[in-house]
Amino acid sequence: MNIFLNFLIASVLAGTPLLFGTIGEIMNEKAGHLNLGVEGMMAMGACAGFMAGFMSNNLLIALLAAFAAGMIGALIYAILTITFMADQNVTGLTLTIFGVGISNFFGEYMLVHSETNSLKLPEQITAQLSNINIPFLTDIPVIGPLLFNYNAFVYLGILTAILCGIYLNHTKLGLNVRAIGENPGAADAAGIKVTKLKYFNVMLGGGICGIGGAYCSMIINGGVWMSNSVNGMGWIAVALVIFASWSPTKAIFGSFVFGGFNILKYYFPKSIITIPNAFYDMLPFIITALVLVITSIRKSKENSQPASCGVNYFREER
Amino acid sequence: MNNINNKSKQPLMRTVKRAERSKMDILKLRIIAFVLALFAGGLFILLIGYNPAQLYGTIISGAFRSEMAIQATIKFMIPLLISALGITLAFKMKFWNIGAEGQIIMGAIFASYFALFHSNWPHFLLLLVMFVAGFIGGGLWGLIPAYFKSRFNTNETLFTLMLNYIALHVISFLRDGPWKDPGSSGFPKIARFNANAHIDKIFGVQFGWIIALILVVVLFIYIRNTKQGYEINVVGVSQATAKYSGMNVKKIILRTMILSGGICGITGMIQATGSDMTLAASVAGGVGFTAIIVAWLANLNPFGILMVSFLFSVLEKGSSVMQSTYGLSTYSASVLQGIILFFILGCEFYIRYKFVFRSKGGVK
Repeated sequence: MNIFLNFLIASVLAGTPLLFGTIGEIMNEKAGHLNLGVEGMMAMGACAGFMAGFMSNNLLIALLAAFAAGMIGALIYAILTITFMADQNVTGLTLTIFGVGISNFFGEYMLVHSETNSLKLPEQITAQLSNINIPFLTDIPVIGPLLFNYNAFVYLGILTAILCGIYLNHTKLGLNVRAIGENPGAADAAGIKVTKLKYFNVMLGGGICGIGGAYCSMIINGGVWMSNSVNGMGWIAVALVIFASWSPTKAIFGSFVFGGFNILKYYFPKSIITIPNAFYDMLPFIITALVLVITSIRKSKENSQPASCGVNYFREER
Repeated sequence: MNNINNKSKQPLMRTVKRAERSKMDILKLRIIAFVLALFAGGLFILLIGYNPAQLYGTIISGAFRSEMAIQATIKFMIPLLISALGITLAFKMKFWNIGAEGQIIMGAIFASYFALFHSNWPHFLLLLVMFVAGFIGGGLWGLIPAYFKSRFNTNETLFTLMLNYIALHVISFLRDGPWKDPGSSGFPKIARFNANAHIDKIFGVQFGWIIALILVVVLFIYIRNTKQGYEINVVGVSQATAKYSGMNVKKIILRTMILSGGICGITGMIQATGSDMTLAASVAGGVGFTAIIVAWLANLNPFGILMVSFLFSVLEKGSSVMQSTYGLSTYSASVLQGIILFFILGCEFYIRYKFVFRSKGGVK
């Protein structure tokens, strides 16, 4: 029982960076842009967030820096695909290579120029990032540690997911964005500012990805800078969007499930059956591939990709 | 009054199609974009406090300063060139094969089986078998997403991507278990190949470079002058047209992806037996992704790929010299590659479109 509880808690922790990445990508795809640069934007956020926290000793500044870095990555993507109508697949991939490159580049640059040859977040931030303790609530057995004893990022992620869900489903702006994602021509004819809203959503999504990256660099390695801390999470997030059927709130559940797959190898009782570690590591990717195949076989209209996703909108060609 | 009204209706800037540009113009555009990218990269170097001219100089001299440096540059180029050629086939068909990385790994695994367990076979027979095995391994790994794409229209971008990670963990499975070198202490690893399974050297570089050059010519002809190459082009432009003209689209997708994955698989074989001399988890090491950039920059033209992959390997080799001279990370190569492609992607817009700005005097 105790092991199971620990497993659930660890799943939530491992799933949180995925959650940010997934919400970010949903914001992109709902506006009609399949952004394969999630990994890159997360990496940029990881570097900017860590370095800002390292230098300013202020968590809020770190978060803002991560958000801004993700947004800058998204801006490059937005300019190229929205205004210059470049191929979305290739642009996104380039953003990933560029983002991961620049993040590791600056990381190593800072390492070389540091006095101790290692970078560690100041105590104050690590304290702020440790698990929250809510009097009474945290002390409830089982439910307390399961619900009320995580670090601030986890709650921020859930809050972001809920807010984005409300934004996309219940606000005029969000409904307009979805209209653009389905049929930009019709949305344009109805008087929606297609280009502006696309820029807004892509950049908002990028910023959210950036925060997910900050989680990877600031929490996963215990506050010590490591290269490649995002390590493929961005790609899983892109696939998770399908698992979550383009809904930010479903993404909460989806990313925690996938977080569970990521850490299963540490919790699965070895006494029952010994499976090589490599198979556990493969699991999230195999499941994602299966989800891809199954959703494509089912072909349900309702829970599917926005119709214009991946296709650039050229106003004078309808 | 009229004037004001018109102004508020007309956007500040709009996009219109332009007349087709000549090949010369397109080439000029790309060169301009490349130069701009170098400037942007220079700006980046300035920002981190170095002299751009000096660093660019280091890259060039680092790649060519000695015979050994040139050989190392060519060594970087071989896998990049071959896998970019493989990707080109898929991309021509608008099949977004992001899975070169996994196909390289699978090819390497298949080929390594023979290098590890049949190293007593005659040298050239062994190399030939490994070559074919590499092709089959990569081809099968490319066939899986192709099958689901043609059958259920499964998103190939994500599927091929997932296969990359699965392939990577297959290596770690083999390394930790069945193929673990009993003689190694500490971290588990796969044994070094017997010398009989090494690729021979020609002019000091493993003969992978000859295979690569042959493939450039073969693919150029295949895409341009054969029926199959023509079919790939048609499917890429419009699947509906291909179907209407009686082509078997499914078959074309499957066949092309076997070839595309297979060529990437050859990369894996050459990398494992020509450079690493063992099966390492880093056998692909990001080449599969960089190759996509190379293929795209070269506009999917085999001879263009030859040039671009040479340029990129100069960058890679140069950046490693930059690391030893200035202590700058080798990731500077990916940053520069990214910047170059960003600019080329941007310039492609001007091939087909142009911006029209609102004229100051209102409507003429």
